[in-house]
Amino acid sequence: MKLTLKIWRQNSPKEKGAFKTYILDDASQDMTFLEMLDALNEKLIAENEDPVAFDHDCREGICGSCGMIINGRPHGPGKEITTCQLNMKAFKDGDTIVIEPWRAKPFPVIKDLIVDRSAFDKIMEAGGFINTDVGSAPEANTYPIKTHKAEEAFEAASCIGCGACVAACKNSSAMLFVAAKVSQYALLPQGKVESLQRAWNMIMKMDELGFGSCTNTGACEAECPKGISLAHIARLNNEFIKSGFNKLFADKH
Amino acid sequence: MIELNSKIPEGPLADKWTNHKNSLKLVSPANKKKIEIIVVGTGIAGASAAASLGELGYKVKSFCYQDSARRAHSVAAQGGINAAKNYRNDNDSDYRLFYDMIKGGDFRAREANVYRCAELSNNVIDQLTAQGVPFAREYGGTLATRSFGGVQVSRTFYAQGQTGQQVLLGTYASLKRQIAKGNVTMYPRRQMLDIVVKDGRAQGIICRNLLNGNIEKYSAHAVVLATGGYGTIYFLSTLAVNSSGSAAYTAYKKGAFLANPSFIQIHPTSIPQLNPYQSKLTLMSESLRNDGRVWVPKEKGDKRNPLDIPINERDYFLERRYPAYGNLVPRDVSSRAIKERCDAGYGVGSTGYAVYLDFSDAIKEQGIKAIKSKYGNLFDLYQKITGENPYEQPMKIYPAGHYTMGGLWVDYNLMTTIPGLFAIGEANFSDHGANRLGASSLLQGCTDGYFILPYTISDYLADKINIKPLSLDDPEFQKSEKEVMDRIDRLMNIKGKTTPLTFHKELGKIMWNYAGMVRNEQGLKQGLKEVSELEEQFYKDLKITGSKHNINQTLERALRVADSFEMARLILHDALNRKESCGAHFREEYQTEDGEPLRNDEEFMYVAAWEYTGEDKEPILHKEELKYEFVKPTQRSYK
Repeated sequence: MKLTLKIWRQNSPKEKGAFKTYILDDASQDMTFLEMLDALNEKLIAENEDPVAFDHDCREGICGSCGMIINGRPHGPGKEITTCQLNMKAFKDGDTIVIEPWRAKPFPVIKDLIVDRSAFDKIMEAGGFINTDVGSAPEANTYPIKTHKAEEAFEAASCIGCGACVAACKNSSAMLFVAAKVSQYALLPQGKVESLQRAWNMIMKMDELGFGSCTNTGACEAECPKGISLAHIARLNNEFIKSGFNKLFADKH
Repeated sequence: MIELNSKIPEGPLADKWTNHKNSLKLVSPANKKKIEIIVVGTGIAGASAAASLGELGYKVKSFCYQDSARRAHSVAAQGGINAAKNYRNDNDSDYRLFYDMIKGGDFRAREANVYRCAELSNNVIDQLTAQGVPFAREYGGTLATRSFGGVQVSRTFYAQGQTGQQVLLGTYASLKRQIAKGNVTMYPRRQMLDIVVKDGRAQGIICRNLLNGNIEKYSAHAVVLATGGYGTIYFLSTLAVNSSGSAAYTAYKKGAFLANPSFIQIHPTSIPQLNPYQSKLTLMSESLRNDGRVWVPKEKGDKRNPLDIPINERDYFLERRYPAYGNLVPRDVSSRAIKERCDAGYGVGSTGYAVYLDFSDAIKEQGIKAIKSKYGNLFDLYQKITGENPYEQPMKIYPAGHYTMGGLWVDYNLMTTIPGLFAIGEANFSDHGANRLGASSLLQGCTDGYFILPYTISDYLADKINIKPLSLDDPEFQKSEKEVMDRIDRLMNIKGKTTPLTFHKELGKIMWNYAGMVRNEQGLKQGLKEVSELEEQFYKDLKITGSKHNINQTLERALRVADSFEMARLILHDALNRKESCGAHFREEYQTEDGEPLRNDEEFMYVAAWEYTGEDKEPILHKEELKYEFVKPTQRSYK
C-alpha cells in the first residue's frame, strides 16, 4: 500500500525541528508499524538520506523503549498496545500518517522521534525501591499476601516506563507513572513500611523535574499500553496526604 | 599457552561453595571505597551485580546501550524462576534441582557450578520477595508455583507471564537505590566497543556515546560483562533487536576464551514468522505447556479448521513420543519433535511450519477464568500479534532462536581467562551445559549477580587495594581508542550500496539453515564458506548514511553485524568439531534409531574453549574435561 508519512525531523536538541513528508510506496499490511519505519529507513539510506531515529528494542511491548505520537495519539490507534505492537492493518492504502515524538517539557527531543526520558529514572532514584540489603531478606513465605492484593500490586508493577501517560496528559503530569510504583509497594507488606516517605519523595522529585499536576482527566489511563488504572493515583494521593500530615505533625514537635 | 584451571573446589558437592567462600579473600570496607568496578549490561545479572557491589561499598560504573537500565532484555522473560523451596511438599531439594539442570543440559555442564546455582536458588526467591517483586500467591497468601519443562516437581515461581519484567524491575530498583546513594554511576546509551587489557589484566573499556558519537574511555580495577547472549546471530530470534554478542566477541578478541559457542537454544514455542518483513519473533512462554497440548493432524496436509478435526484424527506427538513427560519435555527435545513433524509434511498454517498448542481441554477442565489468571497476558499478546483468539482456537507455534548456553569461559569464580575480566548471566557458559532448562536463566542471573560475583570478585581485588585505576592517558587506552575510531571510519567510508540490516538478514539465513536446530558436516562447511563470502561483501558494499558524531542507529547496527561474522564462524567451527549430538546441538550423523541425540562421552565430554589467534587464522581449541564425580551421565530419556 502507498502511504504519505509526515514525520518530525530534528537533528539535535539545539536545532529546530520540522515535519518532513515522505512517500512510501511498498508498505504492507503485514508489517508492524516499526517494520514500516524500517522499510522507510532502508529507502532513505538508498537515497543517501539520514534515516529517521527512533527508540526501539524488544519489539514485543515489554521494554518500554518505543513510543511516538501517531496521528495525535501516543502509541497510535488501538487499545493497550505499544508502538511496536501496532500493526499496519490499522491503516489503509492512501493514508497519511503523522508521526511525532512525545511532546512534553520534561522529555526534550534528542533527535527525530527520540526523546530524553531520564527524568523517569531520576524519579525512581528518589524512592522507587524498598530499602533492603542483599543478605537480610527473611524467608519468602514470612509475608502472607492475599491473592487479589498480589494481583493488584502486579498490575501496578506492570508499568513499562514508556512515558505515554505523560505524552497523553495536557499538563505533562507523571502521576500515573509515580502512582504505579507507589501503589505496587503500598499494597505489599514489604513496601508498606516506607510507603508514605516514598510517596512524598517521588512526588517532590516529579514536581522538581517540571512534570505538571494531575487534574483527573484520565487521558493517561486511556493511552497506557498496560492498562494501568487511575485507582492507583487515588492510592498515591492517599499516601501523599498522609505523609503530608505526618510531616506537619512532625514539624510542630 | 594458557592452562585452563576451572578452580573447582575439592570436597563433597554440597560443601564445595561453603568451603570455597570461606577461603576467599575479603576487602575491608575502607579499601572498597578505593576500588572501581565496571559492570557492562543492566539485565538481571548486571543490575543485581552492580547493586550488590555498590551496596558493599565499591565504586561502580554501570553501562547499558538502552536509554534506561530498566529496558534490558531480561525484561522479556515470561514464565518464571526456579527454586528448590519444596513448598509443594513434592520432594524437591537442592540436589533434585541440580540434577534436573545437569540432566537437562545433557551432561555438558560443570557439576560444581550447577549445584551452587541450585543451592542459592532459595536465597534468590527470598531476596526478590523482600524487594517487592509481586510473585503470584495461593489463596492462603503463600507463594504459588507451577511446573516447567524437563522436571517432575512444581518449583517455578512466577508473576503471570511477566516474571522477567518483575524480576528485572526488582533488580533495577536495587540498582536505582545504589545510584541514589552515590555508590553506582549510571552510563546509559553507551555501546562498549573495546576492553582495555594492560599487564595481562582487564583495566577498562572504550564506549561509543550513542547520543553524540564521542569515543569515551573508562578505567577500573575490574570489568564485569553481563551482556547477554548472541541469539540475534539468526537475525530472527526472540531477543531484543539490538541485543548482540559483540561484547563477548570483543572479550574473545582480547584473549578471553569462548566456550561451547554452538550450544544455542531454539525455543519450541514462538509465534511463527508471518511475513518476510518481520524483524523479530515473539516467544510464547514454556509455562503454556503446563496446560496446552501440542498436536498436528494425523493426515498429511490436512487443511481443515483445527476445531473440525476430531480427537482421533489428531496426533499429540509429544505425548505419544514421550509419555513420561508429555508436553513438558525439555526445549531441545520439543523443538526437534516439532521440526520433525513439519519437515514430514504434517505442519499447519499457511506455510506448513507451525503446530497447534491447544488449550481447549484445559479450559473445559478448569474454566476460562483459571486459564486467564495463569496466562491472560500471554493470550492477549498472542491475539495482538496474530489477530486470533487462543481461547477459541489453538495457538500456532514454531521454534525460534532464543538463548545461548555457550558464552565466555569462566572459572568457578566467574572470571574469564583474562584476569580481572568477569562474565555473568547468559554471557558466560557455565550452568546450562548443552541445553538450558526453562526458568533457570532468571535464576542464574540472580545467583551470579547477587550472591556469587560479590564474593569471588573480592578475592581478585584483595591484592589491588593500593593500585590506582589505569590512567586514561595510558598508551594502551590511546591504542584502543584509535582502533575503535579506525573501525568506525572504515565502516563509514565503504560507501557501498547495501545496508547493515540487509547483511544481518542474510547472515541470519545462513546461520539458521546450517547451524540451527539440525546440523551436519557438509552444511556447516558450506556455512563457513558463505559467512566468509558475505563478510567480504560487507566490507566492499556496506552503506551507512548520517554522521558518526550524532545518533546513528545504522552505524550501531553495522558495528554489531561486523562482529557477528567472526562469531558466526566460531559457532560453525565449534559445531563441526563436536562430532556428537547433545542437548541443543544436534548433528544428523549422530542420532539413535528413534531420532534422539547420540552423545559421545568418551570423546566429547569436555567444554570446548576457543582461543582467538588473529584475523583470518583458525581459532585454537582448549579442552576442559568434565569430570562427573557425583552423578552418572546417562542417555537422557523423557519417555
